[in-house]
Amino acid sequence: MKGNFIDNLPKVYGIYTGGFLAFIIIMSIAEQMGMTAKTIGICFVAFTVAIYAIIGYLSRTAQADAYYVAGRQVPTVFNGMATAADWMSGASFVAMAGGIYFKGYGYMALLVGWTGGYVLVASLLAPYLRKFGCYTVPDFIGTRYGGNLSRFLAVVVLTVASFTYVTAQINATGTIASVALDIPFQYAVYVGLVSILLCSMLGGMRGVTWTQVAQYIVLIIAYLLPVFWISNKMGAGFFPHFMLADEVSRIAELEAQFGFVKNSAENLKEVPKGLAGITKAHSAVNATPWAFISLALAMMMGTASLPHVMMRYFTTPSVKAARKSVGWSLFFIFLLYSSAPMLATLSKLSLIDPTLSTGIIGKSIADVQAIDWYQNWNQANLMFVSDFNGNGTLELNEFFMGGKAVVLATPEIAGLPYVISGLVAAGGMAAAMSTADGLILAIANAISHDVYYKIIDPKAETAKRLVVARVLLVVIGFAGATIAAMEIQGILGSVIWAFDFAMSGLFFPLVLGVWWKRANKEGAIAGMALGLISGAGYLIWVRNGGSGFLGITQLTFGIFGSAVSLVAMVVVSLITSEPSAATQKMVDEVRVPSGKSILGKQH
Amino acid sequence: MSKQAQHWEKSRGLLLITLAIWFIFSIGIFLFGAEMNEVTGPFGYPLTYWFTCQGSLGAFVILIFWFANRQEKIDEEFGFSERGDD
Repeated sequence: MKGNFIDNLPKVYGIYTGGFLAFIIIMSIAEQMGMTAKTIGICFVAFTVAIYAIIGYLSRTAQADAYYVAGRQVPTVFNGMATAADWMSGASFVAMAGGIYFKGYGYMALLVGWTGGYVLVASLLAPYLRKFGCYTVPDFIGTRYGGNLSRFLAVVVLTVASFTYVTAQINATGTIASVALDIPFQYAVYVGLVSILLCSMLGGMRGVTWTQVAQYIVLIIAYLLPVFWISNKMGAGFFPHFMLADEVSRIAELEAQFGFVKNSAENLKEVPKGLAGITKAHSAVNATPWAFISLALAMMMGTASLPHVMMRYFTTPSVKAARKSVGWSLFFIFLLYSSAPMLATLSKLSLIDPTLSTGIIGKSIADVQAIDWYQNWNQANLMFVSDFNGNGTLELNEFFMGGKAVVLATPEIAGLPYVISGLVAAGGMAAAMSTADGLILAIANAISHDVYYKIIDPKAETAKRLVVARVLLVVIGFAGATIAAMEIQGILGSVIWAFDFAMSGLFFPLVLGVWWKRANKEGAIAGMALGLISGAGYLIWVRNGGSGFLGITQLTFGIFGSAVSLVAMVVVSLITSEPSAATQKMVDEVRVPSGKSILGKQH
Repeated sequence: MSKQAQHWEKSRGLLLITLAIWFIFSIGIFLFGAEMNEVTGPFGYPLTYWFTCQGSLGAFVILIFWFANRQEKIDEEFGFSERGDD
């Protein structure tokens, strides 16, 4: 191919996408010819991971700006795809449709929160941080406010938030690898980890960027293809997003007919851990305005404070490109997020509507227990039925499912060929890997650049800095995998906590750093330290039986943390002296998109 | 007032408009979630349900591109736009 790599990107990824589609077709032919389900699953996961590893190897680099910010030459649309993959984690891919399936409207606050946050990213932060020319988020805090303590605190907040997040992602790669490759979870976690490190170790941000674009393509095909296929197969409409109104109202009708019967605590003891029944209305408003809005708000402010997203906008060629790139990111995220409620609708209707051949509610318990897919997913501990009232038929309140099953099992329930299940496994793997890569890199870069290079050894040579960065990458990855292997918390809960931690400590120090010239070092230090401490304190208090206040729960503790952070930062800034003239001039410079960046190309 | 100060004033104005629109679609309409859901929205979905699935999400995408274009216009007006890239 002629020309440089960047100019050829559309061609390269066009061929890649075509190749992947061809692979799916080959696999479905192989299935027709008798290839077993297990082999198909292994092929899908192994083939895609091998491709990412090759991209990771080809992107290897020995230059600091390529390692930290991909040489600042990633075009807007491709950066949008990479950000979308970076953003959409195992939680978005595997757990989100499940959450909507069980909790309906109240849960969809996450959809609004995880998209609305990008408006804050685009308008308040990304273009200004791009102009700043930093390598990492703490790099901005440390230079804007000055002093090692502020830089170090930013690294602490970043590490707490990202590490909480990354264990969940490694857990998700482990779950998928263990199912697809049929190996025990404790080992599968490390298989997942090695795949993750293959993408990021040699090329840093450059390697992660180009693997994330490849991973986005896999995950979006893997999510949309089954949704469209199921919708068409059920006769629900060829374009589900615009045509499921009848299905949504049919679910409301069935809910009214069945009613939400509350199970006794004794009966619920029988149900395996982690499985749930349908207890909330699908499309009716079932949450108070504040419960909905507080969750959405926490997720939006958290989005704007999460370093692994912000650092993606450091890789664009210009400030203008950074702004546009945020729009593209959200567009690519929108494609998946707007499909999740449709998948939840299709999945729910196909299970509960007695007039459909796939419906199981109202059938006899013995018949349901004899269904092939029920036996498979029951064995995987993701489905469970029990005749609580002893009438021999399955009622709505007697059917339980794991959150993951909505995405993983619906293709099989709807009678799609196994090749689709293999594809979904590859998509989930891509989603979890891409996010884990972004997060591990964010932590390792912050520690290697901000703590090691800027604080401990400012004279270190580039080669030495990059060795430190890579060693940290491996160490953090292994620490994450070890904690993931202990299976302490669920995927979704820890992801939401990560947002709350990030907003508690970083939202106001970042935003006010650009928008309030008077903000100074002492204020930022107080804001970060008190924000993180009060947020974490609130979480611990509520977890240990505290009643909480203002309706702030353990999922929205960041609202309290960030409020404390804001007050502390403003008060302390105002009672201490204003920032130096040089710092104020720097803020003026940041606000102008043209001209040189504040920090040099190599720093 | 210097050119730079004027540029910043306009940018701040644009930010406030952007945040106001953002507020409507992310918070404002959900204050009236229960009432609005009685109304039939686009494609026949209940209105609040539609906003959580598609409406607000789509509005955010459009809002960001609109904001980026407006900000570019402001930058050009004051001669602060960058050269040499798309």
